[in-house]
Amino acid sequence: MQENETIKCCCGKDKKNEFINQLFSEYQPIKDNLIQMLNEIQEHYGYVPMDVQKELSEFLSIPMAEIYGVVTFYSRFSLKPKGKYNISVCLGTACFVKGSQKIMDRLLERLEIKPGETTEDGLFSIEETRCVGACGLAPVFTVNGEVYGKATVQKLDQVLDELMNKK
Amino acid sequence: MNEEFVTLTIDDQEVKAKKGSTILQAAKQAGIDIPTLCFLKEINEVGDCRMCIVEVEGRRGFATSCIQKVEEGMVVHTNTQNVLEARHVILDLIISNHAKDCLTCTRSGNCELQALATKFNISKVEFEGTRMKHQIDDLSPSIVRDFNKCILCRRCVAVCKNVQKIGAIDCINRGFDSCISTVGDHSLNDVNCTFCGQCIEACPTGALHEKETIDEVWVKLKDPDSYVIVQTAPAVRVALGEEFDMSIGTNVTGKMVTALKRLGFNKVFDTNTGADFTIMEEANEFIQRFTNNEHLPMITSCSPGWVKYIEMNEPELLPHLSTCKSPHQMFGALLKTYYAKKEGIDPNKIYVVSVMPCIAKKFERQREEMKNDELCDVDNVITTRELSRMIKQANIEFTKLEDSEFDQPMGEATGAGAIFGTTGGVMEAALRTAQDTLTGEDLEKINFEEVRGGEAIKKATVKIAGKEIKVVATSGLANAKQILEEIKTGKADYQFVEIMACPGGCVMGGGQPIKSAKIRSEVDVRKLRADGLYSIDEKSHIRKSHQNPVVKKIYDEFLEKPGSHIAEKLLHTTYQKREKYSIET
Repeated sequence: MQENETIKCCCGKDKKNEFINQLFSEYQPIKDNLIQMLNEIQEHYGYVPMDVQKELSEFLSIPMAEIYGVVTFYSRFSLKPKGKYNISVCLGTACFVKGSQKIMDRLLERLEIKPGETTEDGLFSIEETRCVGACGLAPVFTVNGEVYGKATVQKLDQVLDELMNKK
Repeated sequence: MNEEFVTLTIDDQEVKAKKGSTILQAAKQAGIDIPTLCFLKEINEVGDCRMCIVEVEGRRGFATSCIQKVEEGMVVHTNTQNVLEARHVILDLIISNHAKDCLTCTRSGNCELQALATKFNISKVEFEGTRMKHQIDDLSPSIVRDFNKCILCRRCVAVCKNVQKIGAIDCINRGFDSCISTVGDHSLNDVNCTFCGQCIEACPTGALHEKETIDEVWVKLKDPDSYVIVQTAPAVRVALGEEFDMSIGTNVTGKMVTALKRLGFNKVFDTNTGADFTIMEEANEFIQRFTNNEHLPMITSCSPGWVKYIEMNEPELLPHLSTCKSPHQMFGALLKTYYAKKEGIDPNKIYVVSVMPCIAKKFERQREEMKNDELCDVDNVITTRELSRMIKQANIEFTKLEDSEFDQPMGEATGAGAIFGTTGGVMEAALRTAQDTLTGEDLEKINFEEVRGGEAIKKATVKIAGKEIKVVATSGLANAKQILEEIKTGKADYQFVEIMACPGGCVMGGGQPIKSAKIRSEVDVRKLRADGLYSIDEKSHIRKSHQNPVVKKIYDEFLEKPGSHIAEKLLHTTYQKREKYSIET
């Protein structure tokens, strides 16, 4: 269940309508555009807000349940805003064998949130991923897309400490 | 028309099948049964569950016969050891994540999964692992969703999204967390569901069922202070027998009335009489609108699923909707006013139960607009299925019952009331009365074949008193949507429209006996039940609503005339714009 959220643009100002109007003017209202449009929405807000899903449902004439189904299917999309630092831990075969679960466990322990969630201060979010294509460096985790290879729990702690101090 | 055929071999039998048909169809034609689970003819043909797999020579792996098209020279084996073993494993896996509480399940005995388990001789649960746990959604007045019994066949999703064009439910989440639910996993009560109940009819298991309200009926039947009146909708009588293994469409009116009397109802009345009142009011309303050329086309309002649909989706078109309440609501209102007074019964003690083929009626009954002087017109709505459960619970041997008649004085109904239960029936009944009213004669034309039958949208032009009236009858919400589109874009050249939410009308309502995918692929259930109603109409000695002596009497003594002040108060209603999603966004 979703809690009430106010939609803010990445710059902090409420520019929702401007963005949506722009988006809807760039696309034809046909079903095929769903994923592409969701992608732009995810990029813009850092997540796919429910009321934007509702507007998209009207625009594309797709039932809201179907859009929600797509959003919850792909890990690319999220229903909650991601943190300033989005940390993904690869749990793909190679990384897993090399002990990435320990890294994930440590991350969950330190940030006290679950995968898919964001810390209350909005600083960190955690994601599980499957293979980032850097198996040679296994185990890996990424921070906002930047890859940290041959990772250890110590290395993770070090990165977390740095980010926490930087804020 | 010359159709192209291909020849193939299925289980060593040579089969000639239409080009473009599936292996499943070809096998059926040859009398070879292939088990299915997610397959629902013309609604869900996706090859999802893989229960219907077969071996095709020269091909790796199995083919899903419900979607695999036949080819010339194809050699198919439907029951090799490999196929049987694979199907068994598939079934074991489905069962491993199923609730398995058959003893207390409403679908026990009529469950496609249970039937397969019997067929496959499943004597133990092969895989015990983590099971999905999901909260039961019973917040709506009409539908209960129990995901713990869902097998993810998606038949409900297909009928909701593709046949009804609603899409209230879909597959959400991913992997093991996948489930059939609504946007945000909210209750059906808070989303764009119309409560048509077609999902229940499509569900092979007990994952979807009506919100049962039998217990309250039993309590009232036991209470000496309550005067419990039951009324039955037209479509119930041609389907109830199916729950007692009688053939589809059998008219069991007499047995049903006897059973209801045995259950202890104080009076057993006929909603068809209510339908006659609906026709009186609706025909009058139509003549008014037609003469004054206002809010045309007028659209019927008997189907509460349809009413909820237009309230949520096209509220600006609400003035087109007839203001008439649906027959059972009208009848309930009359029972608590006219009848109560006449019989000297305190209306507060009257408890009206409607037996309906519909689950949206459960929602309709509790609408604020359906009250008169703080009293609900109708106090409880149970489905055809629920009535059958009551009869079984009371240990009544239904098939052996003698026939009996509805109680008087409210039990007299016409053939026009009977055909309300099928698509086109309301229109036909209204035309019978409208033509006589406009001409002032008792015209011989009674049957309006143009609006009968199973076509999606039936358009006709009828000439009455020198005027041409164009009418449309349709059912299913996808077709309703198309009609609304025509009205919005000014393309509607017709004046009177009948819309029923369920494809085929009330005979195929969401409260009717559930037919397995196998039966639905073999016989036309709609036609059999509709034929039952048309035959009741043919045999009726009165076939026009305005000639019903009960109707005449009540207008004389109480209602004055159609559209009078008192008729407006009791028999008409209002509508409201509704939000599609009452969820926080």
